[in-house]
Amino acid sequence: MSSVAAKERRAAAAPAQAPVSTRGPGLSRRHREWLAAALFLAPDVLGLLVFVAVPMVLSVALSFFQVSGFGSYEWIGLGNYERMMNDPLFWDSMKITGLYVVILVPVLFCVSLGLGLLVKQKLPGMGVYRTALFLPYVISLVVVGVLWKFLLDEQTGAVNRAMRAAGLDGESWLGSPSLALGCVIAVMVWVMMGYYMIIFLSGLQEIPKEYYEAAKLDGAGPWRQFRSVTWPLLRPTSFFVLMMSTVAAITGGLDLIFVLTNGGPANGTSLAIFYIYQQAFGFGEYGYASAMGSFLVLIMVAVSAVIFKFTRGGRFDDGE
Amino acid sequence: MASDTLTTGTGRTGGSGGPGGPGGSGAPAGRRRPLSPRTGLTALAVVLSVISVLPVLWMLTSSFKTRETVTDGKLIPTDFTFDNFVYVFTEVPFARYLWNSFFISAVITIAALFFHSMAAYALARLRFPGREKLFGAIFATLLVTAPVVLIPLFMVARELGLLDSYAGLIIPAIFNAFGIFLLRQFYLGLPKELEEAAVIDGCGHWRVYWNIVLPMSRPILSALAIFFFLANWNAFVWPLVATSDQDLTVVQLGIASFQTQYTSNWNYILAAATVAALPMLILFFVFQRQIVESIKTSGIK
Repeated sequence: MSSVAAKERRAAAAPAQAPVSTRGPGLSRRHREWLAAALFLAPDVLGLLVFVAVPMVLSVALSFFQVSGFGSYEWIGLGNYERMMNDPLFWDSMKITGLYVVILVPVLFCVSLGLGLLVKQKLPGMGVYRTALFLPYVISLVVVGVLWKFLLDEQTGAVNRAMRAAGLDGESWLGSPSLALGCVIAVMVWVMMGYYMIIFLSGLQEIPKEYYEAAKLDGAGPWRQFRSVTWPLLRPTSFFVLMMSTVAAITGGLDLIFVLTNGGPANGTSLAIFYIYQQAFGFGEYGYASAMGSFLVLIMVAVSAVIFKFTRGGRFDDGE
Repeated sequence: MASDTLTTGTGRTGGSGGPGGPGGSGAPAGRRRPLSPRTGLTALAVVLSVISVLPVLWMLTSSFKTRETVTDGKLIPTDFTFDNFVYVFTEVPFARYLWNSFFISAVITIAALFFHSMAAYALARLRFPGREKLFGAIFATLLVTAPVVLIPLFMVARELGLLDSYAGLIIPAIFNAFGIFLLRQFYLGLPKELEEAAVIDGCGHWRVYWNIVLPMSRPILSALAIFFFLANWNAFVWPLVATSDQDLTVVQLGIASFQTQYTSNWNYILAAATVAALPMLILFFVFQRQIVESIKTSGIK
């Protein structure tokens, strides 16, 4: 509070009494501050430049080249994009990605919001439930893949054993393309629900209790309270969760696919990011893979823009 | 105030209250059934928790089963054995994998915290031209997701001679804007008085950062440390791309290839998976609060 005034006073006084400065001969306080900032920022800025910014630019640049083996680049203009347009396998992978995102994101959203609402309640032993629901998140997707491959095994898996015990027929979970995609989605929900549950929980805890009390006084039941208080005030959190989970769904999950299905059966779980990875590191098609990657980024930006517009950027100030 | 006293007795967890439906006057905030909401919710929480944890528990107990009983569909092993773990550590250099993962994750975590806190300090507390623009640019890199730039990153690492080395596993993994962002938010909230006094006393910015700001940021640093360690311990795609040397194999890669080699020997595979998951589970139980805190802060803008 007073610090602002103090700072202004000092700033005003500084030029007049420059010699008072005890250190940095010849360097003014302002210049010292610049120098310090540059040194403090150097490692991270340099690192982000080399390992994030440059690769990003390179990614687009590479898409115009035919890259083969070590250091052989040939400019082919839009050749890679032309190839992409005529590659049925790529479009299959895009369709699978679309289906995957359109199912995973809403399901994950609803499940984690539900869990967030549930663990916000004061119930006996709530700490234990929160821990339990969050636990899968700390396990790596590789281990998760191994584990669920074991549980979903057609012959010996625990899931089918339980189903048979209940008088149902077992399913070939990872043996048919559509079921396998469903399994990948279900496993992803199982892993990620705890993470987004925590985010929803912290969003819910920020809503002032008074609003609920006022709503109750007006005779609002639980559903009405949710509709009129929770949902509108939770919009920034909802926006965050939607954005994060969509981007993660479009570009993530490689580890799980590798271990659980390896893109199969019959390419049924070959998400675009998996297909791109295969082209790049399986066949050395860096240029072609970069073209598809750039296209995927474009799609991601477009989807993000739609979400942004649709949720009004997570603001809740304008009318409901 | 009046509403406080009214609702504390008849909150949604309270068991009292008659059948005053929505819109009904009289007894405010009454629930339809006297006991069931609370019991019902508790039951739901228990069931969901079990669904959430059971697969992990299944993995843990199955890793103590024998080759014959590992798929018997029972949670508790009938013939308890440690042999799977002995096998995993003797037949495969699993200890080496674990060490690699530990070493890499630890170095990345320490380096990242050091660099990120420095950058965040400058972005939050120092005044220099273009500060907001620079922060915006750094923040924008958050939108670049790693898998998308995997190919050029691989090429950059190849040009820099980083492939198949610890440096190649460590250095590219250090830099992400997430940590910078969270630390900057934290530093913006610190009281200015302390460091101003220090500056007046003639402290340089390094001493302010090292002696005042760092000690004050211990809670968020420890939260981030757990978060970074966890993420890097679980990393798979970059190590897969950046290494082929057996001596550099990290634990996640080790399990993935172990699984393809021992296709149906689930007892061994699950023992290996348990070994990889256990450190994270222990870390999770010990530092749960920090993990949850770091996630909470990441969700709030």
